[in-house]
Amino acid sequence: MLRIRNLKCFYGRIMAVKGISLSVGKGQIVTLIGANGAGKSTLLEAVCGLLPRWEGEILYEGDSLKGLDPPAIVRKGVSLVPEGRMIFPPMTVSDNLILGAYTMIRKKEDAAVKQDLERVMELFPILKDRYRQPAGTLSGGEQQMLAIGRALMSHPRLLLLDEPSMGLAPLIVEKIFQTLEMLRNEGMTILLVEQNARAALQIADRGYVFETGSIVLQGPAPDLLEDQEVKRAYLGKDYGGFYDH
Amino acid sequence: MRVQILYSFFILMVALAGHFISNAYYLQVLTFIGINTLLALGLNMLMGYAGQISLGHAAFYGIGAYATAILTVHFSWSPWLALPVAIAAAVMVAYIVGVPTLKLSGYYLGMGTLGFGMIINIIFREWSSVTGGASGFVGIPALSLGPVSFSSRQNYLYLVWGCVLLCIVLCRRIIDSRVGRALRAIHDGEKAAAAVGVDTQKLKLQVFVLSAGMSALAGFLYAHLVCFISPETFSFIMSIRMVTMVVIGGMASIWGSLLGASLLTLLPEWLHAFSEFEMVVYGLILMIVMIFLPKGLTRGILDIVERSRRSL
Repeated sequence: MLRIRNLKCFYGRIMAVKGISLSVGKGQIVTLIGANGAGKSTLLEAVCGLLPRWEGEILYEGDSLKGLDPPAIVRKGVSLVPEGRMIFPPMTVSDNLILGAYTMIRKKEDAAVKQDLERVMELFPILKDRYRQPAGTLSGGEQQMLAIGRALMSHPRLLLLDEPSMGLAPLIVEKIFQTLEMLRNEGMTILLVEQNARAALQIADRGYVFETGSIVLQGPAPDLLEDQEVKRAYLGKDYGGFYDH
Repeated sequence: MRVQILYSFFILMVALAGHFISNAYYLQVLTFIGINTLLALGLNMLMGYAGQISLGHAAFYGIGAYATAILTVHFSWSPWLALPVAIAAAVMVAYIVGVPTLKLSGYYLGMGTLGFGMIINIIFREWSSVTGGASGFVGIPALSLGPVSFSSRQNYLYLVWGCVLLCIVLCRRIIDSRVGRALRAIHDGEKAAAAVGVDTQKLKLQVFVLSAGMSALAGFLYAHLVCFISPETFSFIMSIRMVTMVVIGGMASIWGSLLGASLLTLLPEWLHAFSEFEMVVYGLILMIVMIFLPKGLTRGILDIVERSRRSL
């Protein structure tokens, strides 16, 4: 579905992503974990066209995404849930969702958009209660649900999520991750960038571990969960607790 | 439904004003309010909705005025033929300037448009053989359409406010559409807007061009009302006044543009009594409005009404 080969991203003269390769199979959840500044978000921005300058190859369903602007990539079926949610605070929940279908309405598919709205509300019933409320008045978890709902409105086949668990209570994170699993079971392909490595690896099929712009580890998610290095660096177990056993 | 009532009320007010007011001075002031409303409305689309500041919009106002002046006087065109050309000229300049400038944002966009406004103003002043230079451009013909002459102040009032109404309807339709939602999305977060598939560059350019066209229309109306234009009218100060109208009236509010334009047109007239302290009082009033109604007149008044209703 998505294949990245030797991707290099730059901010000015600084190389933030240093030639990484990865692939996401259809109907899989693949997670990228790693600390702050590892280049995970940069990679997502490159995939969805927000980052103008990168080298290497990004293939989506066999087509190169090089040179495409974000609207074109959204139309191809790739949708981003940005870091920090980035909803539109003064606008109502419904306006936020309808904006997600911006590329759809152009094709005069009003009825289909309405149906999608219903589907998103089914997924996140809380949004129905908040329908006419300004999005800025929602709680963090609700805003994250809104951001995911908004991304789903453009009918993506590949959903990119940038730290959906950021700043949320564990219970809400669990709920959101359950929803992601549900979407995967319906056939959605998901690329999940996370710092909350444990939660991400628990639902993922495959994982990649990022460190300062390179991939240091990769493999099936259950293996990574058991990996000593991952445990030490990302699952919050220090050397002491480790070697005493 | 509520909108229809508002429009009918609006038309009624204009008709009543035109019918009962015969004092030439009052009619002139009302006409100026209309022209300023057009300016504020256009800029509000760009600033209030799309969130892109322009400190050079007087240039488009000037281009509209000078284009019609040159065409009607030097080339003896009919003003009605000159109107589309004037608007097209402003739109074209806006497009050419907008492509590179709108890549900027925030302060940098302000600086970019400021520089553009100054360049255009210098052209008005220095290209004397065509524009009349610093001493101004005289002899612009009054408007007439068949048997209807717009040299009567009443008729001109109707003409200007007719244009205002058309523009209000147009802007409302844009705002309530999918494009309007996308504009507000750009205001809230350009990156997020791009992420949902909004072509932010294109849309910003379109709204910039629209607001330039509306400013040019105002310039056309101004030129044929006063029949004399000079570069002073379209200077940097005018650009700032336009921004002030939008901010005082209320960002992202159509009726706010009307309120802001009214206040900024009427204030200098009322404040003549203060003679040399006029500008001091003027500045003071603007400061007070901003301190106590930071979201502009429209939002501020609505808030006060809501609060008093709740305390009842």
